[in-house]
Amino acid sequence: MLDASTPLAPPLKPRRALDPKSEPINGYRGVDLGDGRQLLSMRMAICQALYEEMQRDPTIVILGEEVAEYNGAYKVTKGLLDAFGPERVIDTPITESGFTGLAIGAAMTGLRPVVEFMSWNFSFVAFDQIISNASKMCYMSGGAFPIPLVMRGPNGAGPRVSSQHSHAVEAIYSHFPGLIVVSPSTPYDAKGLLKTALRQNNPVCFLENEMLYSFEQEIPLAEYTIPFGVADLKREGRDCTIVAVNRCVHWALEAAEELAREGIECEVVDPRTVKPLDIEAIVRSVRKTNRCVVVEECYRTGGIGAEVAAQLMELAFDDLDAPVQRVTTTENPMPYAANLEHETLPKPHRIIAAVRRACYRSP
Amino acid sequence: MPAQLYEVDPIAVRDEIGKERLIELWRRMLTIRRFEERAELAYRAKKVAGFLHLYIGQEAVATGWYDHITPGVDATVTSYRCHAHAILSGVDVKELMAELYGKATGNAKGKGGSMHFFSREKLFLGGHGIVGGQIPVGTGAAFSLKYRKTGGVSLTFLGDGATPQGTFHESLNMASLWSLPAIYIIENNQYGMGTACHRANAVDSLAEAKAVGYNMKAYTFDGLDLFASWKCAQEVVAEVRRSSRPVLVEAKTYRYRGHSVSDAGLYRTKEEVERYKRLDPIARVQQALQDAGWLSEAEANAIDEEIRARMAEAADFAERSPEPPLSQLTADVYA
Repeated sequence: MLDASTPLAPPLKPRRALDPKSEPINGYRGVDLGDGRQLLSMRMAICQALYEEMQRDPTIVILGEEVAEYNGAYKVTKGLLDAFGPERVIDTPITESGFTGLAIGAAMTGLRPVVEFMSWNFSFVAFDQIISNASKMCYMSGGAFPIPLVMRGPNGAGPRVSSQHSHAVEAIYSHFPGLIVVSPSTPYDAKGLLKTALRQNNPVCFLENEMLYSFEQEIPLAEYTIPFGVADLKREGRDCTIVAVNRCVHWALEAAEELAREGIECEVVDPRTVKPLDIEAIVRSVRKTNRCVVVEECYRTGGIGAEVAAQLMELAFDDLDAPVQRVTTTENPMPYAANLEHETLPKPHRIIAAVRRACYRSP
Repeated sequence: MPAQLYEVDPIAVRDEIGKERLIELWRRMLTIRRFEERAELAYRAKKVAGFLHLYIGQEAVATGWYDHITPGVDATVTSYRCHAHAILSGVDVKELMAELYGKATGNAKGKGGSMHFFSREKLFLGGHGIVGGQIPVGTGAAFSLKYRKTGGVSLTFLGDGATPQGTFHESLNMASLWSLPAIYIIENNQYGMGTACHRANAVDSLAEAKAVGYNMKAYTFDGLDLFASWKCAQEVVAEVRRSSRPVLVEAKTYRYRGHSVSDAGLYRTKEEVERYKRLDPIARVQQALQDAGWLSEAEANAIDEEIRARMAEAADFAERSPEPPLSQLTADVYA
């Protein structure tokens, strides 16, 4: 649970926006608002967490494609090479299996590596290292070798990038015991969760989203961390619970605004970490609303929605007034055509339809 | 083109190693052999299950190399054929035997089994069950040792069957690119499971032909000869400590047992196995000790008896140890 000293999550909409002409839109320094808060984007929040933790802990190194001299394919690591030098911010060859395995070996021998996947789609090249080595090492060594490793990068669909560059991997990696899966939707959450990831000793899949990198928020200047397994209410409501992660949180909030106009008040629960999953928070919300819609960018079969629905059946069967609805990426590789891509993703129009179904309203 | 074998003068190396140290090396090889024979026996008696990949015949390779490193300062990692490497790292044989028996007192608390021996204290990063999966891990250890300026080197052992894997290529490329203190030792026992090396590799000489592509130095030695293994290791380990440049090494060796104990070995002839058994690395060292007048047959037998007794004791310890409590089923999934 959040302790009393943790500042409350700030509102999602900043009072003002960054001006790219006069203010940094990347790097690790936010814009000091003079009232104990700073304005920054998602990519800056992630960069700031990396910067602060690397200052604190000399065993942290960053490895990945284009992370150093290019400043990150999405500029998430901008400025870190200058701040920490080429020993700690390391451009790798395009060799995901190799550098992920190398990071695991380094994690077993005293370092705390951060691996950046230019996209989580490329993590599949390193799948064996993540599953056979990172996720199982602690257990199969009888606890001798924990793996303090953070793997991070953008996840989910980018803009019109088609079949091989659009996967959301929350469900895949949540399947394996030994991994922690973090999927933040805001700069505040991303910073606090990444700092936690860099202070614990398990392999973490830290799933960002290209489409949220420029999302801005006012967050505290003061130090804070957010524990794993604690969901956050992104919107309160009495009629229907929407469980959403990452980019889907924003789509869910959009849908909730629309639905409010027709008198349906949705509660948006953001688990923030898919593993561990804060099922208690979801159950708490469902006890209030008696309805649940799960929204995710993963596929329907074996997705987060499947897991949440199963757990709700086990834990809150009598509290449900309607079947749990799932809004997922449709079961096809991501198409290129704009209209097809739009329909593949769990966008607000599909969420609205699902909520209406859960509330037995006409579509 | 077959590689030029690393040349040694056995008498000179024998004298350089010296009496006490050579007896100790022979004792280590014999310890590995007797441990595995005992494990094989326990397997046949159904006390040990799962896979059991025996190192019998290959003992001279790891024994020669571990003698030039300090486990704990230097890091080592290997494949699932990992019993010898754990013993040479200094892990107690009781703990290892108990692991094979799946007991709570085992090296990995009964959760790893034959393929997953480890030692954090000795920086033995494990036995690994996916062919080639350990190669980047050993490379990462070299990265870490260099980053932390410990002066340590990393030894990654792998089979000939792992060299066609992508991780082999990826690791060697990074190690050379970043000048990591990494030594890769291909233990070429001539078969990747049942597939002869030449049916899986486009080149004859695994180290010499492949190292060129990574701007690395290569060595090839007779892995059935402890003197060659020891001398080659001495040169390479010193060189890598000095230069922090990775090196690729191939040991030409042979395993007398199957890929694992369930392997009927139909892919090779009995004659071939017999031919290699006549080159037994342990018997040859014993002969060298006898020829030098450093160890009589009676003394050798006494040491052997003592080792066998230790193994019987280890098996007894494993037998008497409790199974892991069910309460530990999900312990250590997370740190």
